[in-house]
Amino acid sequence: MSREKILAAVKKNQFTHAPLPDLEILNSLTATGDNLTQQYTSVASAGGSFVYEVKDWKAIKTILHKEFKPGVKIISGIPELDEYTYAGSVLDESSHSFADTELTILQSNLGVAENGALWLTESQMNIRVLPFISQHLAVVISKDALVPTMAQAYAQIGNADYGYGAFISGPSKTADIEQSLVIGAHGPRSLSVFILT
Amino acid sequence: MSNVTGKTHPQLAAIFNQDEPRVDWHDETLWWVRQKRDIQAHKLPEWELLRETASQIKNNVLSNLSTYLEQFEANAINNGVIVHWAADAEEHNKIVHQLLQERGINRMVKSKSMLTEECHLNEYLKEQGIDVIDSDLGERIVQLANEPPSHIVLPCIHKKKEEIGDIFHEHLGSAKGESDPKILTETARQHLREVFLTRRAALTGVNFAIAETGEFVICTNEGNADMGAHLAEIHIASMGIEKIIPERKHLGVFLRLLTRSATGQPITTYSSHFKRPQQGTAIHIIIVDNGRSIQLGREDFRNSLKCIRCGACMNTCPVYRKSGGHSYHTAVAGPIGSILAPNLDMKKYADLPFASTLCGSCSNVCPVKIDIHNQLYKWRQVIVKEGYSPTAKTIAMKAMAFTLSSPGLYRSGGKMGRIVFKYAPFAVNNGLNPWYKHREMPKTPEESFGEWYSKRKEAKQ
Ligand code: SF4
Repeated sequence: MSREKILAAVKKNQFTHAPLPDLEILNSLTATGDNLTQQYTSVASAGGSFVYEVKDWKAIKTILHKEFKPGVKIISGIPELDEYTYAGSVLDESSHSFADTELTILQSNLGVAENGALWLTESQMNIRVLPFISQHLAVVISKDALVPTMAQAYAQIGNADYGYGAFISGPSKTADIEQSLVIGAHGPRSLSVFILT
Repeated sequence: MSNVTGKTHPQLAAIFNQDEPRVDWHDETLWWVRQKRDIQAHKLPEWELLRETASQIKNNVLSNLSTYLEQFEANAINNGVIVHWAADAEEHNKIVHQLLQERGINRMVKSKSMLTEECHLNEYLKEQGIDVIDSDLGERIVQLANEPPSHIVLPCIHKKKEEIGDIFHEHLGSAKGESDPKILTETARQHLREVFLTRRAALTGVNFAIAETGEFVICTNEGNADMGAHLAEIHIASMGIEKIIPERKHLGVFLRLLTRSATGQPITTYSSHFKRPQQGTAIHIIIVDNGRSIQLGREDFRNSLKCIRCGACMNTCPVYRKSGGHSYHTAVAGPIGSILAPNLDMKKYADLPFASTLCGSCSNVCPVKIDIHNQLYKWRQVIVKEGYSPTAKTIAMKAMAFTLSSPGLYRSGGKMGRIVFKYAPFAVNNGLNPWYKHREMPKTPEESFGEWYSKRKEAKQ
């Protein structure tokens, strides 16, 4: 059995015990400064996201109406945005059936100012493929849900249980052809972030 | 596909060097990536603390690896993931093949995984009649060109957009002469979307596997790993045994270092955490050794197992930048690859530890603080001692050792050298001198340090 063979070889060759370092100092640093919204906006914009500071749901609706023509397939995982197909109601459909989705709107409860990343778990995505297969993605996050760095982000995630979770920090992109940045590789061609103040 | 010709690094580098403007372009592009890394690193005052912390976490991992592997396995199984173990490349490939065969699948979509490159999985599956499509754009390009990746993060960094345009025209039907990266990327998007939607099996690599929770993390910018995995009925994840980290919170350290070091981004677009399979689908993990446990036992080289495959050591390496990734004839090129490869086959890769100036730039940028240049230096000694040394290097090193061990010869040698340089440069700059061939010779000083020092002493007296 390879399992036993590998584990035995590893056991034989691993050296004396080295302790784990303390993460406390890193956790206590807030290197990104006090104004997290500003920091978030500037990093996320540099990564190709469109960031809007909005007062309420109405403001979000106004922007969405302006950006997306009626008639396209829009799926929302947010009960407040109820004029669109609610993601929770199409859970039975095969992942492949979302291939023609123009826009998906989801809620995140954790954003990271240092890198523009938004944490979404399966329960917020409803269907795992949704934030990847849609032509465009929008995420709503409250201003209070921003933390300075990944250190605080993981402190907050803690030992939460999820089947799948992802940090998403912008639109899908690539720079594989002569290092020229192209937005819209396989996933969404744009990411709009609505920060609710 | 690696080094079917049996050529060595200097020979392959010589081929790459024939096209001088291309070498300059390659050099400048990678240096630009290195500079982007510097900008990001300097933005974090805690950068050095992060590197040190990452290195210590990895020390702990390597010292407890067997326990962590067992812990990871138990938790993954608990999460409903099926775990396999592969002692070597062959066993890994066979497991993948069997998983596909069981389900009658003969077409698979693959996300970037240097481990499968190391195992030559694509060639193996092709021989078994299985069609594999790489979905990372860079990997798709080199796959269509029938070449291996030349860089672990930037697989087609050696290719010009016009060449990519020709490849896409031939294989994907883009317009002849089209070389706009935007249009070519869109062509690939359309082609690969169709692939994602029709493949029942997806294979990905693993960036980090967490012992504490049994979940694993995959980082991409394109979202191709997720598109593949979420649309397929079976997701196979291949990971080397060294990918383990102890706890979820340690991701906070590594995710901050990985892309800042790799491409100068603050994080990848997607950092996906897979814990349980999606309803109606299966996740299989293959835990692969393939020489890693041997490297763990080599005290001088075990630190190489800390590598998180960011590619920073390649981007900064003056030899890599000027010789191209393919000259290393191994899946992982550059400084770190030159430490990993001789562990697998000392004879075949005896040339690689010599493909370095030992300038230390690699060690300076490494996010997990691997002493890369020291290890390269140590490999040289092992290789010479074991008798695998490339012949030209053996002669030159023996001459060096002889000269250095005899102070009289060293002194007169210096004097002689300066005279030879001055009056007969052709005697040094010819194909017969193996040292000159691989190095820019220094300008000769007017007098040697020895001469200057004794004069100075005389003057003082
Ligand atoms: S050795 Fe260090 S710098 Fe090189 S790829 Fe690995 S982690 Fe990055």
